[in-house]
Amino acid sequence: MLLWGSPMACQEVVELVSDYLEGALPRGERRRLERHLAGCPHCTEYLAQMRETIRLTGRIVPGDFTPQMREEFTELFRRWREDEDEPL
Amino acid sequence: MSGTAGALWSCAPAVPRPVPWETPSTASRASRDRRTVKAVDDDARLLERLRAGDEAAFVALVAAHHDAMLRLASNFVSSRAVAEEVVQDTWLGVLRGIDRFEGRSTFRTWLLAILVNRARTTGVREARSIAVGDAAPAVDRARFDASGAWSSPPEHWVEDAEERIGAAALSTHINAALEQMPPRQRAVVTLRDIDGLDSDEVCAVLSLSQANQRVLLHRGRSQLRRALETVLEGGS
Repeated sequence: MLLWGSPMACQEVVELVSDYLEGALPRGERRRLERHLAGCPHCTEYLAQMRETIRLTGRIVPGDFTPQMREEFTELFRRWREDEDEPL
Repeated sequence: MSGTAGALWSCAPAVPRPVPWETPSTASRASRDRRTVKAVDDDARLLERLRAGDEAAFVALVAAHHDAMLRLASNFVSSRAVAEEVVQDTWLGVLRGIDRFEGRSTFRTWLLAILVNRARTTGVREARSIAVGDAAPAVDRARFDASGAWSSPPEHWVEDAEERIGAAALSTHINAALEQMPPRQRAVVTLRDIDGLDSDEVCAVLSLSQANQRVLLHRGRSQLRRALETVLEGGS
């Protein structure tokens, strides 16, 4: 039985990091990947870049909720209320 | 009541499809919303006020979710104007169906699932199936040697990337990279990494399997990383 599995290549690691970060790798795969990371500064760097990418994506500036939008939705609500109040 | 309501709204489909209200698969998500507890609580409080007919609570709910809704709708339809109509139509559906929300999923998951349902009804860009076949590798093959080891390894920029790019330019670059993605990939990445949904919520909102969600997320995130690398390393 292969207790340790075959070594993982860097090229394989970059395709598995997302599943690794998701906690979705089977245990054996996760161990192989972690063993690779322990001895590979480049893939460790790559993993750090993926984490930073996720963090930076979350930093993008949201669009404004403009006064005009506020007005439109207020109007939508009022029209809905009127419609609700109409006798059937 | 709903019989007369449709006539008021030209943007509403004449025969709206059934809305995916609550399903067992979305149960018990309320506690797992990745946003702050405060945001989830705020939704619950506003919802309660909305049920009592509070107009300000409605507008506050709309404002809280508008950005995510508009972005999500844009993945299914061809113009911003149509996306805005889908968002309005969704809120109208929410107003009419508010009593059917039982709180077994978070309000946001419920809301976004309705939105996707409406957007698909309206959309001209909807893909019926996800091509999960071959895609570009996460990293250009030319950067590895024959054994699969890095020949052109990643540079070190993780600590000062934000500072070097600047907040405004960061948004521009990330939005540009998102724009290049196929719609579903973009939808998954934005829901996960911008709007902060967890994988279960994204699967529920977009009707995706966990495996497909992960494939799309992997491709999207890899693409975003490449985009940042290109900016930071000044080449490709």
